[in-house]
Amino acid sequence: MEGPCPTPAAAVLVAALAVMPSGMVRGDTAAGAYAVVGDAVPAPLTAAPGDPARGRAIVLNRQVGLCLLCHSGPFPEERFQGELAPDLRGVGARLSEGQIRLRIVEPGRLNAATIMPAYFRTGGLTRVAPAFRGKTVLTAGQIEDIVAFLATLKD
Amino acid sequence: MSARRGGRPLPALAAACVVLGFTQAAPAAEIPSAERRSGYEFMSRETRAMQDDDATNPAVLWLLDGEALWNRKDGAAGRACADCHGNARASMKGAAARHPAWDAAAGRPVNLEQRINACRAGRQQAAPLAYESRDLLALTAYVARQSRGMPVDIAIDKRTKPFLDAGRDTFMRRQGQLNLACTQCHDELWGRKLAGSTIPQAHPTGYPLYRLEWQGLGSLQRRLRNCLTGMRAEPYPFGAPEFVDLELYLMWRARGMKMESPAVRP
Repeated sequence: MEGPCPTPAAAVLVAALAVMPSGMVRGDTAAGAYAVVGDAVPAPLTAAPGDPARGRAIVLNRQVGLCLLCHSGPFPEERFQGELAPDLRGVGARLSEGQIRLRIVEPGRLNAATIMPAYFRTGGLTRVAPAFRGKTVLTAGQIEDIVAFLATLKD
Repeated sequence: MSARRGGRPLPALAAACVVLGFTQAAPAAEIPSAERRSGYEFMSRETRAMQDDDATNPAVLWLLDGEALWNRKDGAAGRACADCHGNARASMKGAAARHPAWDAAAGRPVNLEQRINACRAGRQQAAPLAYESRDLLALTAYVARQSRGMPVDIAIDKRTKPFLDAGRDTFMRRQGQLNLACTQCHDELWGRKLAGSTIPQAHPTGYPLYRLEWQGLGSLQRRLRNCLTGMRAEPYPFGAPEFVDLELYLMWRARGMKMESPAVRP
């Protein structure tokens, strides 16, 4: 299977569905399928619950999570945080876990022009370096860890 | 605040796209001429001072080697660059500002390194110098030095236009596992911080240049490889046509800006 938006026509359809509250579409990646409902992926990607402490470590790791290259957040010990994307402070109050999950898994569904990578995608990409070919940026378990951590950022 | 951004307000546009059901992003706008800024302007005062003074610019060491190579006989023809071109300070004035430039033998634009190697093969009957070798960087820096202060002067005509377009397409194309395009950072987000680094506009006015990060001199293609690696994309090989086309687009995009070679960058 190719990526979630194989043709422009399908992409338009998917986006139209994605903004309808009752619309439910399936995102397909080689890594696994997930259900998009409105602007969220309500169901976790793994049976095991995410671990916030592991999630925090991934968010802060600039080689793994990559988050702080673009985002800032409530991490006073971290120097040189990015300013290209929304501050992660309070994200757990602004968004539900499902909304956070979609924004990590497939942010292009909400904003086609976004610089935020799709962390759970392997298809529809161009010239991926050999070391990363066929791999998602993070595993389903790592994404659940991050979702669990970000949900704790209430203020 | 000193943070600036170019281009249009992305979030608002994106929201409109979602509402309307469009997911195809509009092509990014080129940076208006009056807003173009060299990477020099984003540097600290200390790094700018290092570039400005030949006593502190580390690239000067390569310039001295380059001058020696210019005057040294080489190859089966036993000829030096100077034997045909005379004094580089006069004959090479503006050469770097015009490259990549059309090459009839190659049937496509070539960059300055390729022009030097073509001259070595044809006139000196000498082996090509390897990309990123000290000798090729030194000779290229010495030639490029003779364009310092001159405006970038890329001539686009019927022959070079398809290559310019190919370079622009590469600049606009999302690539790699992180699915980023050059234009997203360098047209839309310049002046803002990626982690600790200010994103420049990507005007290649100072190559080959000394990067503090490299602790050495390097070409534009070396810098492009760094960016592609960061996007987790497969870099093109040195000298690949895709890279030269991208160089052509970047130089055309910087047309009229002042050459700084050999520059210093963080």
